[in-house]
Amino acid sequence: MGVSKEEILHVVALARLEIGEQEIDAFAGQIGEILSYIDRLREVDTSGVAGTAYAGFLQNAFREDEERSHLPRQEALANAPEADGESFLVPRVI
Amino acid sequence: MELHELTIAEARRLLAKREISARELTAAHLSRIEALDPGIGAFLTVTAEEALAAADASDQRLAAGRAGPLEGIPLAVKDVLCTRGVRTSCGSRILENFVPPYDATAVARLRQAGAVLLGKLNMDEFAMGSSTENSAFRVTRNPWDPDRTPGGSSGGSAAAVAARLCLGALGSDTGGSIRQPASHCGVVGLKPTYGRVSRYGLVAFASSLDQVGPFGRRVEDAALLLEAIAGHDPADSTSAREPVPAFAAGLEKGIQGLKIGIPAEYRAAEGLDPEVGRAVEEAVSDLARRGAQPVEISLPHMRYAVAVYYVIAPAEASSNLARYDGVKYGRRAQDEAELLSMYRKTRGRHFGPEVRRRIVIGTYCLSAGYYDAYYGKASQVRSLIVRDFAEAFRRCDAIACPTAPTPAFRLGEKTADPLTLYLADIFTIPANLAGIPAVSVPCAFSSAGLPIGLQLMGKAFDEETILRLAAALEEERGLFRRRPG
Repeated sequence: MGVSKEEILHVVALARLEIGEQEIDAFAGQIGEILSYIDRLREVDTSGVAGTAYAGFLQNAFREDEERSHLPRQEALANAPEADGESFLVPRVI
Repeated sequence: MELHELTIAEARRLLAKREISARELTAAHLSRIEALDPGIGAFLTVTAEEALAAADASDQRLAAGRAGPLEGIPLAVKDVLCTRGVRTSCGSRILENFVPPYDATAVARLRQAGAVLLGKLNMDEFAMGSSTENSAFRVTRNPWDPDRTPGGSSGGSAAAVAARLCLGALGSDTGGSIRQPASHCGVVGLKPTYGRVSRYGLVAFASSLDQVGPFGRRVEDAALLLEAIAGHDPADSTSAREPVPAFAAGLEKGIQGLKIGIPAEYRAAEGLDPEVGRAVEEAVSDLARRGAQPVEISLPHMRYAVAVYYVIAPAEASSNLARYDGVKYGRRAQDEAELLSMYRKTRGRHFGPEVRRRIVIGTYCLSAGYYDAYYGKASQVRSLIVRDFAEAFRRCDAIACPTAPTPAFRLGEKTADPLTLYLADIFTIPANLAGIPAVSVPCAFSSAGLPIGLQLMGKAFDEETILRLAAALEEERGLFRRRPG
């Protein structure tokens, strides 16, 4: 199953990725090939089969909703590309 | 005595008897890294000063009789695990300058056990790859043949252990990323049961599949490392409350009467090298000679595992990697006045091609109109794979098959075609999808002198049985006596 350039552009926008013109063409080819490999799943009869989202040995993990220690502000900000000592800084939104 | 040739078990005995010091053991490994790693490329960061200081502290605890179970043992960890105060890049430009404010639980447990950490090991970017060639920083070479890859994504971990640059290492395994490089580098690599080891501080790739696990040159070493890192952690709600057995002591139980399932399907798998097929048959015969009983089983949906994986893993990754937005940590594209374009340029420029490709596949499979056909369908077939294993384990105690379809491939051989590389994971992916434990143990060398691994898969939380089988094969074959280079 092929994937059009438009579909790739749509998905790239959803994923917040900037991708160069040449790479879009390469991706369309490679991803088309990968998706056609994935299409073999259509052979499998899955009627009435529930999906598995995780490996499934787990019970619900409840805990009390209690206050716990957290990272000090300075440590939380230490890796930020831009911060002012109080907050993360981002380009103007509004 | 060559200190770098010791096993972890031997080093523990010598340290405990004070016949060697933690400092000299650490120093010996640091000099080996300095001399040999420029040609191998296993390490991204070497923490020599911190390691020597930790070794001195170990020597003090050894003298005071307060030694932990891994006291003074020099280890290294894949750069996917957070290390407090030490850069954790995940093999990616986007995390090139990231210095975590905390340790991953697996790392913290190694430190609590007294281990000395030598540094951080190379990997495919965000653990996406099977050759370590997707690292943004350097190429890692296979210690058995420098023109070949060590496998991946934990290629640095496998290569470092094989080249005697550390006594053991940690990696992570989402679709085979511990077992496949272990197979290609002739070492032991274990992916524990999902939930056996905390994922807290493991940089997330595909959260329903990721597990942290050990590498060692001997099965006992891998068992000792697993004992140290396993167990429930309140910081990871998916970590299991199961008791942690004494895995290393359990190896002495032998394998008499254990039933080993042989899935008929593996023989017909795409791209299986006949030499690997023969090595696996011989390994199973060896185990039978030691008292195990081979039985034919069937995993009819195994042939769909790669297709299921390449929907589920990218889908989860596209969601997990949304956090790299240039705001809280990691790199940011500079001089962008507008938020959306800052996001796009940050992610477009600092993620490598394979990561971008998988984000696009994952986003596509989750997008409106395609979700049911791809993600929904894949998660249903995943259920059938889980069911296949449940059926099979009614008839056997463990399942044996190759770890990888071929020995290590050449650098650059598969970089042009992503799908061919994906098929290298054909035997390892099923265990991740089902969440069961699996180990790769060296079982032969190819005619070209390259290691071949046998994979043993076990029931959930029964790492003990597959480790016992692996130890029996190791003893029978004695391949650990061969050294690379």
